Amino acid sequence: MSSQFVQFLIAGINAGAIYALIALGFAIIYNASHVINFAQGEFVMLGGMMTVFLLALGMPLPIAVLLAIAATAVAGMVLEKLAIEPARGASVVTLIIITIGASILLRGLVQVAMGRNFHRVPPFTGDDPIPVLGAALLPQNLWVCGVTVLAVLALRWFFTRTMWGKAILATSHNRLAAELVGINVRLVMLVSFGLSGALGALAGVLIAPITLTHANVGIMLGLKGFCAAILGGLGNFPGAVAGGLVLGLAEAMAAGYLSSQYKDAVAFVLILAVLFFLPGGLMGRGSTERV
Amino acid sequence: MAKFTLRTTAFALAVMALGISDAAAQGQPPIKIGSFLAVTGPASFLGDPEAKTLRLFVDEVNARGGVLNRKIEVVIYDTAGDAKQAATFAKRLIEEDKVDVLVAGTTTGETMAVVPLVEQANIPFISLAGAAVIVEPVKKWVFKTPHTDRMAVEKVYTELKAKGMSKVAIIGGSGGFDQSCRAQAKDLAKSYGIDLVADETYGPQDTDMTPQLTKIKNTAGVQAVFGCGFGAATSITAKNYKQLGMTQAFYFNHGVGSQQFIDGAGGAAEGMRLPAAALLVAEQLKSDDPQRAVGLAYTQAYRAKYNEPISTFGGHAYDGFFLAIDAIKRAGSTDKAKVRDALEQTKNFIGVDGIFNMSPTDHMGLDLKSFKMVEVKGGKFVLAE
Repeated sequence: MSSQFVQFLIAGINAGAIYALIALGFAIIYNASHVINFAQGEFVMLGGMMTVFLLALGMPLPIAVLLAIAATAVAGMVLEKLAIEPARGASVVTLIIITIGASILLRGLVQVAMGRNFHRVPPFTGDDPIPVLGAALLPQNLWVCGVTVLAVLALRWFFTRTMWGKAILATSHNRLAAELVGINVRLVMLVSFGLSGALGALAGVLIAPITLTHANVGIMLGLKGFCAAILGGLGNFPGAVAGGLVLGLAEAMAAGYLSSQYKDAVAFVLILAVLFFLPGGLMGRGSTERV
Repeated sequence: MAKFTLRTTAFALAVMALGISDAAAQGQPPIKIGSFLAVTGPASFLGDPEAKTLRLFVDEVNARGGVLNRKIEVVIYDTAGDAKQAATFAKRLIEEDKVDVLVAGTTTGETMAVVPLVEQANIPFISLAGAAVIVEPVKKWVFKTPHTDRMAVEKVYTELKAKGMSKVAIIGGSGGFDQSCRAQAKDLAKSYGIDLVADETYGPQDTDMTPQLTKIKNTAGVQAVFGCGFGAATSITAKNYKQLGMTQAFYFNHGVGSQQFIDGAGGAAEGMRLPAAALLVAEQLKSDDPQRAVGLAYTQAYRAKYNEPISTFGGHAYDGFFLAIDAIKRAGSTDKAKVRDALEQTKNFIGVDGIFNMSPTDHMGLDLKSFKMVEVKGGKFVLAE
């Protein structure tokens, strides 16, 4: 039983770390603008596909990975500049619909440019499984977990220790007040989209060696990341990480111990249950309505 | 001098004959082939090479002067894999475009949605989809080119039985193709003395199959694993299988018959076996194998035009197209009833999928021999029989 359990645990934590990164991307944009960015999954896809593209140009892996993340961050900012900013007077629902449109556009562009086939990204350090308590771990699993932890720590530092991070937090708490004290809210929006793009792309390049990548890889991952964000309480950073891990583990355990046919259902039933009993999410604050 | 005159006359006659036939080709309406394929959408990896193949060989046949002195025209609509769209397009092809024959239907869903229309409109229809239900029971106007998934399972079971392996675990997706394969595997198990000891499912977008494979690993006595599926999920399954250090024989169905599967698995697919159309290993066939020449010709033409590796899926369109052309030639016209009868009488037609021998009771016309067992070796498909 134990080696089996460890194997499910590895699968769960691995998936959970990826969901957490995607959920963090949702949280950052939601905080800055109250927009749920449904193009977040496409950032994940762009990260992986850009890496494939740059590798095909003959670049070494580390450079390709970094460039892909940077390029996706730029793509996030371009999305904000061209689609979100011109519509800034519009309602949040309109903005959300714009992000759905943007995600379809991105997917289409990548399909036209790179085809519909799936691609492999070589693992960062070897492909030989490491035995752990009778279970098997891939070196890439360690990369996923390690980099996710680092990313979460870096984000924490960014939001609590830097002026930029504090400006973003201030904007999320009260946009008007932030503007009054001289924070450039438009720039904050731009930075949040860039940061979300980079986080999504990071998730994309980390899992690409394990799961392969293709133009449509972002749909399901984006949806699961969104579930994780909701689960943890939308806009809550520790909540996003916890939500991701809970979701990943629940899926892996359900696939392992219950029927693998109901794996995806487990994720969505979990969301329903949490929303029903804890409407603010696992770590959500009780919602306060200002009158 | 007389000789010279004769030669000149012959030349003049030849020129005239050319002129006449050219005039005929221009004066006569083209033969119209209608097609609806999943060029985009989730089944695009099937539909895209099919559409490319049709376009390529229509041009080629036209460059050679067409058929019955008539040019060929192909009308292709993209269904994106949607069965409802397929029915709409089929109606349009039959009523507005007035096509002579349908070579269409990437997926079983699209095909089955169109069957009632076709039967009513009395137009020959060659489907490019896999499932056995398309031609079992036989429908008067419906034919198909690919092997059925039932045959793929039979091929695998035959080899398992020969190797004395009887305890088999299945792993496959929850999509239609995977489920159909799984149903055939269950249905045929008893007659081959196979005992299915585990059956695991994953979602079509899943990115990690280690939980499912771990369960199979911990099931006692599994001698072989049989994978039902296609696309990225199969490559991930292969990777996870290697990650877990599992050593049982692994067989896939024919859905993984593309180089992408091997490349995606990144070395983890080594040693895995699958039944595949001979096209996949055309270069390795013995020189007296009748399928070698046609397979190589297709491979070269496709590569030269599109500069991408062939898949067996485009081959289904190749066979469908040339079966139609062959039947029209033998019928001597595009009269739909005559073409249908000619299709049904197809004998020893050498296609890339195999050698077709149709009959009133068999509208596919392939037997198990046309499937080859191949093994992944050194990053390539290698003939294993």
